[in-house]
Amino acid sequence: MGFLKKITRLFRSRAAIQQLPVGSVTVDRDGRIITSTVSSTYPVELLGEIGRGVLALFREARSAQLPLTEVSVHFGSLLVTARELRGGTIIFLQPQSSLSQPPT
Amino acid sequence: METPHKILILDDDADWLELCRETFSRLPSKPEIRTITSSSRALGMLESEPFRLLICDLKMPRMDGLQVLSVVRRRFPGLRTIVLSGLEDEEFRSRAYALGVDLFWLKSDMQQNSKMFLDCIESLLGRDSDGGFRGIQSKGLMDIIQMECLSRSSTVLRITRGPLIAKLWFQEGELFDAEVEGARGEAAFRRILAWKSGSFENLPAEPGRERTIIKPINALLLESAQDMDENANPATETQFFAASHRETTWKLSLLAREGAEFVISVPPEGLGEPEAFGTQANDHLAAWTSKSLEIARRLGEKIEAGPLSHLVANGMEKQLTVLSHNKKAFLVGWTLDADTNQLLEQTKKLVASWDS
Repeated sequence: MGFLKKITRLFRSRAAIQQLPVGSVTVDRDGRIITSTVSSTYPVELLGEIGRGVLALFREARSAQLPLTEVSVHFGSLLVTARELRGGTIIFLQPQSSLSQPPT
Repeated sequence: METPHKILILDDDADWLELCRETFSRLPSKPEIRTITSSSRALGMLESEPFRLLICDLKMPRMDGLQVLSVVRRRFPGLRTIVLSGLEDEEFRSRAYALGVDLFWLKSDMQQNSKMFLDCIESLLGRDSDGGFRGIQSKGLMDIIQMECLSRSSTVLRITRGPLIAKLWFQEGELFDAEVEGARGEAAFRRILAWKSGSFENLPAEPGRERTIIKPINALLLESAQDMDENANPATETQFFAASHRETTWKLSLLAREGAEFVISVPPEGLGEPEAFGTQANDHLAAWTSKSLEIARRLGEKIEAGPLSHLVANGMEKQLTVLSHNKKAFLVGWTLDADTNQLLEQTKKLVASWDS
């Protein structure tokens, strides 16, 4: 497996464009990724950024005495939906396109 | 003599750039074509000289097209942009459009339909040499209304400001009805006149419509101008309180009409205090509003997910929508039973009315 990955990396074009993540991620209260169904080609650092960003949203809400159970962040091309899980969170990542349902 | 427009084409494939140069040399307006293979140098060129149009590939080493477009969108908002890519993927198309590109075209289509592609580019370059007028620029609503009256038109002027729609009915140069957000007549006309920006279109006249405005247009315009002047610069304490009372009543009625529980508007830092209606807890909510938008914006930039549209949050007791409008951050609170599918639309309407 490791050998195949090395070969693929060797012949991969340097010209690339970052795909958007699709799937779900579970993150603990310290921002560590517990489980993920996002493709392994998506950089783990960026998944970590998403986890930390979402945890920061929940944390800021708590300190504003506004405990939240769910947050959806609507970007132009990605919908990030996160549910609070006892300090951690489960995050659903869904790219948006013109064929997607209109955001709510 | 008019200087030709400049087009910058960015692609990591030098042969493709040569082909583009040859194709674009057929454009009737004979623009100056510059080509470049490096994204960072392209941004440097855009800094140093004015370009009318940037044509950009998506798949490029180091800094990809979407990253370039997100920088361009921030730094050069007036620059027109086209994505010319070999990636036939709906996701990339939507991401590019989400970044505000004017056109997304596939390289294969450009070769097959070169005439149509060149027409699109020519139109984007906006040739002035054809003569004639295209739209009205830098004209206030008062000027547009006066023009309709002076030209004795019979028409319906439909004015759009974000999600808000207003209509003014003219018959042979006389304004005889106005409507906006459930209000009609003179009250609606005054509210519409307070809008500072928007777009308009002329619809066919409706002569059979019931007349609600009797006053001559000049008197209405004068009264509205006086009202706006008094609201902006109250001369006496009584005028100040009257204007402030009118505004408070109007904002509370907006809240009630849209079914929202509360609204908090937060101006950019150092440009005033947050304003809250329907809640006492404005300080920490205002702080959370700005912080949450900032966190989400930073996250969007890191993961290249396109511009932030809005946030929806659910708490134990209420639903919240957060968005930014005209550099202000808005937090709107709704009851838990409010229709989730309508929240964004209602929030946008509320915020647009609020800010007018």
